[in-house]
Amino acid sequence: MDAKPLWLLAELTYKCPLQCPYCSNPLDFAGPRFKQELTTEEWSRVFREAKALGVLQLGLSGGEPLLRTDLEGLVATAHQLGLYTSLITSAHRLRKDRLAALQRAGLDHVQISVQAADADLSDRIAGTQAFGDKLAAYHFTKELGFPLTVNVVLHRENLHQVEALIRFAESLGAERIELANTQFYGWAFHNRDALMPTKAQLNAAWQVVLRERARLGPRLEIVWVLPDYHEQFPKPCMGGWARAYMTVAPGGEVWPCHAAGRITTLTFENVRDRSLEWIWRESDAFNRFRGEAWMPEPCRSCARRTVDFGGCRCQAFLVAGDAGLTDPVCSLAPHRHLIDAAVAQIERAAAAGVEPPSLTYRAAPASRALTAKG
Amino acid sequence: MNPTSAAAVPRLHPKARLQRDDVRGRDVLLYPEGLVTLNPTGAEILGLCDGVRSLADIVTTLEQRYGASGLERDVTSFVEALAAKGLVVYGR
Repeated sequence: MDAKPLWLLAELTYKCPLQCPYCSNPLDFAGPRFKQELTTEEWSRVFREAKALGVLQLGLSGGEPLLRTDLEGLVATAHQLGLYTSLITSAHRLRKDRLAALQRAGLDHVQISVQAADADLSDRIAGTQAFGDKLAAYHFTKELGFPLTVNVVLHRENLHQVEALIRFAESLGAERIELANTQFYGWAFHNRDALMPTKAQLNAAWQVVLRERARLGPRLEIVWVLPDYHEQFPKPCMGGWARAYMTVAPGGEVWPCHAAGRITTLTFENVRDRSLEWIWRESDAFNRFRGEAWMPEPCRSCARRTVDFGGCRCQAFLVAGDAGLTDPVCSLAPHRHLIDAAVAQIERAAAAGVEPPSLTYRAAPASRALTAKG
Repeated sequence: MNPTSAAAVPRLHPKARLQRDDVRGRDVLLYPEGLVTLNPTGAEILGLCDGVRSLADIVTTLEQRYGASGLERDVTSFVEALAAKGLVVYGR
């Protein structure tokens, strides 16, 4: 096994002032599993071990990473190691002097989310008044000279704003806009029927993306994260299980992706008990779906197995009940009918003018209630 | 300025950082959410893209360093490819 990780996503905390109903954090984020956050020293050790393993790109995420008062020190440690650091933030309550301090510590890149192109809708989706802080932060991020990514999660409530969102990112002087169609994990899976767009909505938005890409060229990179339920083939999730990517959750558990903690049939090791190298190379969770030996049919004999690696293990677990199956999004998968049924239900409801179900916002009380229900 | 002109002065975009990848024994260009793997020649060219030297200067420096000639086309196309990705910009 000679795969070496390139990417580390450090989820520093699951505390967050926003309550986005598509949050990728675990439903049980407020429970005991994630309560004892890693200390500054423990994170520093994780970064050192990650660099020694081959990691070059570090995402500082959460929850809201700005809630860690030691963030400046963590950035400095990562920078001294030569990691390229990205802050992935809501920018809630972020002030220019703090971002300037993070810049002095060596921060390379800032990604700020926005929930919609206008304050009313953005704040409604965030579940709190956040748009004003974001707008200010976008401007001073550019004033400080940072490369800026605008990140928007897309769903049925905001897909009609794709053009306005691109124009917004352009007006800010952003380098990138990530138009991330909702991937159905975590809270998004729980809210799937309320968030899933219709095919017509997606087609209209995609036409806008094509037109705007042609207009803007390399001035603004427009990333379109595929709405995989509406695709024929699965995404090459994480570039393959445990090939290049890992996530460390707030309590120190290490996952091959930020959604994998939900897979209850795997046991995840913790950096408090093991070295990152041992977890990457030796742990059962990382080895279980590495390479091709685990693959069932139709993946095993499929030419696309080196393209999409069988798709997403978390999706196989969530939708088909077994992380070792072909991603049910694949049109060749035996469980594709489950995806088709979910999509067809949305189309039927939309055609009949039925209101979507209400959203469950990501918040600690809801987390505890959902976890208690099991 | 025509960016392919030999007088053009390339430099790394501020978002990009040249970095040694010790674990894999190579140089890489890191940028937001991505990286480009460089061979030794590519890393050397980028090391000369300092916002002071022109493309012509870079070619001359490399030709002198290696006692070679006719490197202009290779150097220009390498720098142009990175400029197309927004990782190199022109101007002092």
